[in-house]
Amino acid sequence: MLDAVKRPPGVLGNPPEPAGDDLSDDDFQQALYLCYEVGYAGFAGVSTDWANEPSLVALRRRLSQRFLAGLTTGLDPLPEGRDIPARLEAMISADDSPSAADYLLHHGTQDQIRELLVHRSAYLLKEADPHTRVVAWLRGRPKAALVEILADEYGGGRVERMHAELYARSLRALGMDCRENAYLAELPGVTLATANLTSALCDRPCWRGALLGHLAVTEMTSSGANRRYGATLRRMGLGHPDVTDYFDEHVAADAVHDVVAAHDMAGSFARSEPDLAESVLRGAQLLLRVEGAFARHVIASWANGHSSLRARSSPAADTSRTDS
Amino acid sequence: MTEARRTDEATVVPYRDGPLIIRGAFRVLDQEGEPIGTPRATVALCRCGRSRARPFCDGSHRLTGFRASDRAEGPDSRECREDDGNSCR
Repeated sequence: MLDAVKRPPGVLGNPPEPAGDDLSDDDFQQALYLCYEVGYAGFAGVSTDWANEPSLVALRRRLSQRFLAGLTTGLDPLPEGRDIPARLEAMISADDSPSAADYLLHHGTQDQIRELLVHRSAYLLKEADPHTRVVAWLRGRPKAALVEILADEYGGGRVERMHAELYARSLRALGMDCRENAYLAELPGVTLATANLTSALCDRPCWRGALLGHLAVTEMTSSGANRRYGATLRRMGLGHPDVTDYFDEHVAADAVHDVVAAHDMAGSFARSEPDLAESVLRGAQLLLRVEGAFARHVIASWANGHSSLRARSSPAADTSRTDS
Repeated sequence: MTEARRTDEATVVPYRDGPLIIRGAFRVLDQEGEPIGTPRATVALCRCGRSRARPFCDGSHRLTGFRASDRAEGPDSRECREDDGNSCR
């Protein structure tokens, strides 16, 4: 499929139907990722017109519906609680997934935290871009709250403070490739699934409630994780500000985003659109499910002394952006 | 109904079981009048006392089970606000 999108937009053939568990199917998640990626900054040499090519849009719709159908199978009953923020807190408390941030802080090696940064580069080099389209689908207080969060993600209009730029700076400072999609061929399905879920929930207005729940739990669990990543980097002697600024910024910014997302955004949305209140909670469940699968994969790999990345089977076609 | 506020007026909002959120025209200064922290449109100030980034919140209240109202506390505080339709505690 990557070869197809490097040609001018035209009718895509049908890819082979994926078999087995979509979450861990590397090829399925890569195909879905490519369907979304042409709609962001894109790849070097890939026409942005692909984003509206009908055969690609149809494929994206087919793959995303299958992806979400699989993710929404077997979800736990939703917790009770006084309001949406309280129910989101209950879901976080009940989540028994292991923490990659904890593992790295207590056991991690330099190679392993570098791998973690590779995994997260799929989304963080375009942090917040999926969410910007959701602003248009909201009104009133939840809209203002989402914009308040996004304003921080984009550095309040200062490019040097944009979170995606801070992440790229961390990669550069560690001698890693900061170009978008430079590591795409090494990313397993469970990693791409985390980015694909975000893209999927930002792709259609009917899923805006789920996206707000997804974002709220992301923000509610971010400060702690980023504090641990910052501590891990410092423990390893990698505490130069160019490396740690991204993580320090997230500890501070997400202390704000945590409560704004839970109360002003998700909570007020559920009050204003009660028919979608349940979907807010379902979105949070999906976030916890994909992040749990990701954490289990990386920790199991590291604990067994293996890389958590896919091996490069051949010199990858250059998919990375060359402009800054 | 809350009073209409000037767009530049600083506001301080305690969030339930969380920090104080400051918005508007504010500056955070140390005792010598020197600015603290990175300029940001909205900041979270620590309310639980356990942050390692005080005066700013770093999410530590989540680890300590900090509990506090989003309303005024004390023997004379109102438990319900009739004006915003939220359910009583």
